[in-house]
Amino acid sequence: MHLTDYMLLFAGMGLVTYIPRWLPLLYLSHKRLPQWLVDWLSLIPVAILTALLTPILFANASPRTLDLTKPELLIAIPTFLVAWRTKSLGGTVIVGMLLYWLAGMLW
Amino acid sequence: MKNDSNHLRVSKKTNLKELREGFGASWPICLGYFPIGLALGVLAQQAGLPWWAVLLMSIMVFAGSSQFICIAMLAGGASLLSIIATTLVVNLRHALMSSALAVHLQNVNRWFLSLFAYGITDESFAVNMARFRDQEWSKWSALGVNQLANLVWIISTVSGTVIGQFIPQGAFGIDYALTAMFICLLIYQLRGAIFLFTALATALITLAWYLLIPGDSYIVGASMGGATLGFLIKRRQRSEHALD
Repeated sequence: MHLTDYMLLFAGMGLVTYIPRWLPLLYLSHKRLPQWLVDWLSLIPVAILTALLTPILFANASPRTLDLTKPELLIAIPTFLVAWRTKSLGGTVIVGMLLYWLAGMLW
Repeated sequence: MKNDSNHLRVSKKTNLKELREGFGASWPICLGYFPIGLALGVLAQQAGLPWWAVLLMSIMVFAGSSQFICIAMLAGGASLLSIIATTLVVNLRHALMSSALAVHLQNVNRWFLSLFAYGITDESFAVNMARFRDQEWSKWSALGVNQLANLVWIISTVSGTVIGQFIPQGAFGIDYALTAMFICLLIYQLRGAIFLFTALATALITLAWYLLIPGDSYIVGASMGGATLGFLIKRRQRSEHALD
């Protein structure tokens, strides 16, 4: 592929990536939001984080199967505890990484 | 007049300081982006993309998962149009995040929002929402989170095309950085029974959706489903209280 092909492809991809990130923000930031929408949106972060994490912890990717024995899940338990007790983002990331690294060597 | 210029200088300094606070908050994202970016670079190079194409892609698209998909599709000989269509579907979930961010960016000017929107990713969204909730988190700090993550992403993906093969896989458990970050940010979000309920409901819907339906629609579908269930319960509780 040549430069023009790449530019065309990435411009198209960039546009369809940018618009969903841009339009709701632009529109909703300048509107008085009804209370029910604010209430609903306040639950979106917890829901999205859960939706992103669940397959990582509980499922294999290809083929898609339920798996309760992944090291990701095992390490998630102490990682959850550290996060809950310390509320420290940095500490949680470091402990999670170290445990995962150790688990990788023992597995 | 003198007061005015003083005031301007002070507010400028504050913006810069806030931006730097954002950079500081961004480091777990950067740590997580680094190995993923390197991996993307390696795959891109193996698929025949030159380093400058990866540079262009990371600047113009800045969306990790769809960049991986793009490279796989290019390697498989897919048409440009089908790659763009797939990108749209994969990244629609950001519309939901953009909506939730709007609650905290009320009446911010449109130029700033247009710049900010570029950097909305799963990771920057999660970090910024946690900060917006718990403390005075300014739009400049939020922008700092987005843009430092963006810079690290660009650098690591391009580096991957050059040095990626020489980095051992899985060193220091760095592959777990983003997972651990999501876990901690999820803990931050569990601020009461209704949030816990929303998380559990979302997890169950996600699992079923993920196992039964191919593609990434589970992220948007399960998030909206779980949030709606939580919302309905909350509303019911409220109306019961109102009756008491």
